[in-house]
Amino acid sequence: MLKIDDLHITVQETEILKGLSLEVPAGEVHAIMGPNGSGKSTLSYAITGREDYEVTQGDITLDGDSLLEMDPNERAAKGLFLSFQHPLEIPGVATMSFIRTALNAQRKARGENEVTAADFLRAIREKAKIVGLSDEKLKRPFNVGFSGGEKKRMEMLQMAMLEPRFGILDETDSGLDIDALKMVGEVVNEMRGPDRGFLVITHYQRLLDYVKPDRVHVLADGRIVESGGPEIARELEEHGYDKYIQSAA
Amino acid sequence: MSQTRETVVKEGIDQATVEMTRELETYKHGFITNIESEKAPKGLTEDTVRYISAKKDEPQWMLDWRLEAFARWKEMDEPTWAHVKYPAINYQDHYYYSAPKSGSKYESIDDVPPEILADFEKLGIPLREAEVLLGVEGAGQTPGEARTDAGVGGEGVARQKVAVDAVFDSVSVATTFKKELEKAGVIFMSISEAIREHPELVKKYIGSVVPTSDNFFATLNTAVFSDGTFVYVPPGVRCPMELSTYFRINEANTGQFERTLIVADKGSYVSYLEGCTAPMRDENQLHAAVVELVALEDAEIKYSTVQNWYPGDKDGKGGIYNFVTKRGDCREARSKISWTQVETGSAVTWKYPSCILRGDNSVGEFYSIAITNNHQQADTGTKMIHLGRNTTSRIISKGIAAGFSDQTYRGLVSVHRKAEGVRNFTQCDSLLIGDQCGAHTVPYIEAKNSSAVLEHEATTSRLSEDQLFYCMQRGLNEEEAVSLLVNGFCKDVLQQLPMEFAVEAQKLLEVSLEGSVG
Repeated sequence: MLKIDDLHITVQETEILKGLSLEVPAGEVHAIMGPNGSGKSTLSYAITGREDYEVTQGDITLDGDSLLEMDPNERAAKGLFLSFQHPLEIPGVATMSFIRTALNAQRKARGENEVTAADFLRAIREKAKIVGLSDEKLKRPFNVGFSGGEKKRMEMLQMAMLEPRFGILDETDSGLDIDALKMVGEVVNEMRGPDRGFLVITHYQRLLDYVKPDRVHVLADGRIVESGGPEIARELEEHGYDKYIQSAA
Repeated sequence: MSQTRETVVKEGIDQATVEMTRELETYKHGFITNIESEKAPKGLTEDTVRYISAKKDEPQWMLDWRLEAFARWKEMDEPTWAHVKYPAINYQDHYYYSAPKSGSKYESIDDVPPEILADFEKLGIPLREAEVLLGVEGAGQTPGEARTDAGVGGEGVARQKVAVDAVFDSVSVATTFKKELEKAGVIFMSISEAIREHPELVKKYIGSVVPTSDNFFATLNTAVFSDGTFVYVPPGVRCPMELSTYFRINEANTGQFERTLIVADKGSYVSYLEGCTAPMRDENQLHAAVVELVALEDAEIKYSTVQNWYPGDKDGKGGIYNFVTKRGDCREARSKISWTQVETGSAVTWKYPSCILRGDNSVGEFYSIAITNNHQQADTGTKMIHLGRNTTSRIISKGIAAGFSDQTYRGLVSVHRKAEGVRNFTQCDSLLIGDQCGAHTVPYIEAKNSSAVLEHEATTSRLSEDQLFYCMQRGLNEEEAVSLLVNGFCKDVLQQLPMEFAVEAQKLLEVSLEGSVG
């Protein structure tokens, strides 16, 4: 499904990712853990195609197609979703209106019909309940004045509505309490399936209690330095990242 | 029949043609209608003024008023304080009157030359009453989005009737729904007709808000104004439909000097819309209008403008000089005047729709969106003159500058010595797209009464790369993302517009900003 091959990324003339390779087969959830500054967010931006994240070497493919020449919106239409570490506010645009615009833009790009207002309304109300956002919040301007936790819930709501083929959760757990972590687990577990993959980027092990990864990779200094089962996450929780930082340096 | 200047691109397309075509698509009202016209001789003399007055079959008092203005104008200097630059205008190089040859006003819609009907049809302005909708192509998609917080369920909004006065160059060619409006007692006709048919009303109010001596362009307008709209709403009447005037400059080197006068008598209400377009021409054209509004006791006037004059090409060649004086007089107690404007066109705009809050407890409002792209310049804002007690005003201005454009918000809030209990709230937000454009805010405040409560908020921000990427990650392409963010930025003003205009305005925002990023 998602395949990253010897990826080198330069941001403002500094090489951040230095030959990262990773493969997430369909149906699996992989976690990427790593210390601060190891390149975790750079990886999520590189996959989704943010400007200024220059690919100097390597390739990223989704279902065998290279993403490198695609604009961010084309990658989104192909099924990539990023849950942002720091979600944005969009003043003056109602939440429902924003999500519907996004959904229809993707559907249009894929040659599908626009979703009807009634179907959309039914779906978003149902999913808002799951992520714990009130109807009233859906009518408000997108994320404006929302708390950090509410913004993360909004990311999960969008993921549930857009139904991507591949979801990337970039430190979605940061700033969340236990109830919210459970909610994230609920959304991801509900969406897990043989045709869908996830990449969960996190600093801590605690989210992985709710979203059980098939594989865990350790990212340090721009490369994957270790891969294994969920036991790696527990080990990191006990011993920290010291040994990886030293071995990478 | 009307025709576009550059039509289908065939073999051997060169780059210039491609660009020209692209531009045509950008400013889709840029076509020229071929119709024989009757013009006043080029230039401006006393004879020109007499010619116009005679063409309009005007009474002596009107001619005298014009001549007095012309005498004044000759002594006046063009103002230079606005933050705009343009080459000196040679006022002798313009035509001051141009009318379709077949006559100025038509008895029935069937007499209007088919070229002109087709022209307005192309612009989406229905002059046959059967086609009552102020329709915009593909407008019905999601009309609720700009107006409702929910954004969903906006479909199926009932379209309402809109009466139209269509002004083509210097003359009004058609006015719809006159009969139906007459039943309600509402007078809606061209100002030329009103001068002949309702001289007592016109004489009483014209020039009473914007005096002859007001400013260079207003004085020029008084001397040579050719047509425009007159509205009178009698006491206690709520005008049964939206009224609108659609202005079109077609002829080359022709200035359009329209004069609009709206009087809302005691306890009445009227909502009026104004739209305008012009062909794409390489030379600049002058548009100097005067609009006067008078609201008597408990009356309310809502005046909305979507200004889309040709802005010039992407290198700043051509375009309309839009020098307009708009002023409303809340003459009596508890009256209200609300200006809403969406300014996307013109090469240079100089415009300050204002309110004189004379009556106690009267209310003035100004909601504005100004968008400048490429080499456009706009110096626009408002004046709120508080003379009466407990008068309140509200100013919301949203400026968006892209490309190499430059814009200024210039606003005055003035509180008279005797005006107790005045309140004003002003909010000016500027959004910059790219790093070659400029936005300036120049607020003037003169408070001579210490009880006044005046609030002013101003922000300037750049369209954020973060927001843009966020929207694109969710599936919007770059232009859709810019349009969404700009619409959000303008929402407070867009929601003041009548439904039909809100949709048109949203589309205009998109078109105006095409190619502004990336």
